[in-house]
Amino acid sequence: MSYVPLADQEQELHHPHSWVSKYIWSQDHKVIAIQYGGTAIFVGVVALVLSLLMRMQLGFPGAFDLIDPSSYYQAVTMHGMIMVIYLLTALFLGGFGNYLIPLMCGARDMVFPFLNMLSYWIYLLSVLILMASFFVPGGPTGAGWTLYPPQASMAGTPGSDWGIVLMLVSLTVFIVAFTMGGLNYVTTVLQARCRGLTMMRLPLTVWGIFIATILGLFAFPALLVSAIMMTFDTLLGTSFFMPAIIESGSPLDYNGGSPILFQHLFWFFGHPEVYIVALPAFGLVSDVLSTHARKNIFGYRMMVWAIIAIGGLSFIVWAHHMYVSGMNPYFGFFFATTTLIIAVPTALKVYNWVLTLWEGDIRMNVPMYFAIGFIFTFIHGGLTGLFLGNVVIDMPLSDTYFVVAHFHMVMGVSPVLVLFAAIYHWYPKMSGRMYHEGLAKAHFWCTFLGTYAIYLPMHYLGFLGVPRRYYALGSTDFIPASAQDLNATITIAALFVGAAQLLFFINIFWSLKYGKEAGPNPWGSASLEWQTPDTPPAHGNWGDELPVVYRWPYDYSVPGAHEDFIPQNTPESEEPTVDEQHFDPDHDPSMADL
Amino acid sequence: MSLFKRITEKPWETKGVIGGLNPEGSFDAAPEKVALVIFLVVASVIFSMLTVSYYVRMELPDWTPLSDPAQLWLNTGLLVVSSILFQWARNLVSNGQGKYLMAALVGAGVFAVLFIAGQLVAWNSLQSAGYFVASNPANSFFYLLTGLHALHLLGGLWVWSKSLIRLLSLGEPQDVRLSIALCTLYWHFLLIVWLVMFAILSNT
Repeated sequence: MSYVPLADQEQELHHPHSWVSKYIWSQDHKVIAIQYGGTAIFVGVVALVLSLLMRMQLGFPGAFDLIDPSSYYQAVTMHGMIMVIYLLTALFLGGFGNYLIPLMCGARDMVFPFLNMLSYWIYLLSVLILMASFFVPGGPTGAGWTLYPPQASMAGTPGSDWGIVLMLVSLTVFIVAFTMGGLNYVTTVLQARCRGLTMMRLPLTVWGIFIATILGLFAFPALLVSAIMMTFDTLLGTSFFMPAIIESGSPLDYNGGSPILFQHLFWFFGHPEVYIVALPAFGLVSDVLSTHARKNIFGYRMMVWAIIAIGGLSFIVWAHHMYVSGMNPYFGFFFATTTLIIAVPTALKVYNWVLTLWEGDIRMNVPMYFAIGFIFTFIHGGLTGLFLGNVVIDMPLSDTYFVVAHFHMVMGVSPVLVLFAAIYHWYPKMSGRMYHEGLAKAHFWCTFLGTYAIYLPMHYLGFLGVPRRYYALGSTDFIPASAQDLNATITIAALFVGAAQLLFFINIFWSLKYGKEAGPNPWGSASLEWQTPDTPPAHGNWGDELPVVYRWPYDYSVPGAHEDFIPQNTPESEEPTVDEQHFDPDHDPSMADL
Repeated sequence: MSLFKRITEKPWETKGVIGGLNPEGSFDAAPEKVALVIFLVVASVIFSMLTVSYYVRMELPDWTPLSDPAQLWLNTGLLVVSSILFQWARNLVSNGQGKYLMAALVGAGVFAVLFIAGQLVAWNSLQSAGYFVASNPANSFFYLLTGLHALHLLGGLWVWSKSLIRLLSLGEPQDVRLSIALCTLYWHFLLIVWLVMFAILSNT
């Protein structure tokens, strides 16, 4: 049997016949994407509420009876874990990866639709296991999202009997789900691109998701291994990580385990995880910026190489999370150096985004607000990362609010702004309708200014030495009383930003029914997903014939072009001829050569 | 086109369908095979992480080396036979010979099942000799590594049983060609993993 390329094979699609097989047990990547997205956003809201509970305690200590030290630590832990894994990872890869990869690759579906469906249902199972921990005796774990042993499974830490086990099991199940999805995304990008779509003609969105998925496939095994070993320690009494230790005056049966080993395994996963979230965000925001600036993305090849370089480097920086755990000074030097090196391709991307805007025909649509907002917050969070990458600066700041401010700016607010940009950008394609412009702009300003009001003062609190993770400060001489006023202000801002997210939900649901008809390509975008025969794309995406790609996805502001762009699937014969093109030296396309 | 050439292409310079009218697949292989190879890398990372942890943990003072049961040598032999039978089945299918295919395929699976049974016997003998999972980190690693390896093999047996059922119901060797080829690859991989694990376990 000779090899037949995938796009030439008549792919047998699973044709749904009933409402249940169409919307529940669906194998259509678009439905699975929305299932992933809906579930991720739901748990994200749970995590948001938990953060507001934390802020209420910090802003007004002791004013609310329902928050005691235990529930505070449980809220910290669940907030962190849900946001990083169950919201951001699941929404970027399971949500946007699922929706956009087949459409941007000109495929009818993922290469393994059944596995794709299974991936979602196993993800849902992991979410249910995690949510179940709120209802078991002792409640969810309060060990902090890093789950460091030995404290995670010792009496005194909330949820040390049931909560921690459910967390570890849920993570294991999540990794199984992710692996199923991840194999699908990578194989689809590699094998199912339509005719003419070379790797270097892929939109940066696909590149970001593709490399992030590869990072996930190689990094999650470290978390899997540590979760399994820690489950053994907790349930079977092994001593992989648990040292000889005394609990409430009596020695436990553990002996000689290495907590530092857990930290290495955890952060070998944990640092690439930052980029599993960041790379898809980089990709999505590149496409949003380019489309709404009506300009090709500046330095496309550099952007691709930077994504690959960041992906590779992200595996050799993990121990910068462990400077305060104690390590050989030469190790510290090594990891500080690699950490600063990874800033180079990252900064390159930031310059290229700014240069994409430079002299662009910028249209201030809502996705553009969020995309530009992202550039601000990402530069901000990125610069504080340069501080913390250095061992001597990290030591005094590591356990203060400076770190909280840093990572929330760089991997909390920034990816979330991109998520909103992406949701507003692709909403017309997903739903066929336009969102309400005014509500969306109000949502942007509340979120953007509000998050600055929350996190900018936290940097200052960190310099003052206010420790993070504390339930209450008590009487601490070196912290001025005015720090408490700042804490109260931050809390009010946080409550405001939390409430402002209602604008988003109202808008999304209201517009489904009452939004204006969007048409197939409201932004005049050149990439393939906007060229589908139906909006929203029908089952099988492309009607009778798969598209053929003749060019890259960034032909914007082309002189003489109908409207001002040329879609990827427009053949050369239908291009405007040279005579029609009035060459304008101010819009020299060879800028892209840089 | 080489990988380097591919990612140095200047996409804004070239128009038209590159590479004639051929669709774009990065590798001349079925998507299932591409996915399996990626999965093998993922599984290798899992076992590498465990190996690194094994060596780190071994340095700590409470480690008492475990003398591995002789049963493991027999089990290794069983897994080798299973892998050989898979290779035979694969060769038969690609040469279009259906005669001994069923025997080879059934034999391959049966020997794999025997391997897992043999591992359980080894566990049992360790338990009865008082080497429990929590009594020493060397024991914990032994149970963990052998258990995870057996779980991977069980996953393979699930695919094997599906191919077997398909072969029984359709009877056409060509229909199971791909799944037999992939099972063979997976079995060889698990054999190599086992040989490495066995070497580490018996030398430390």
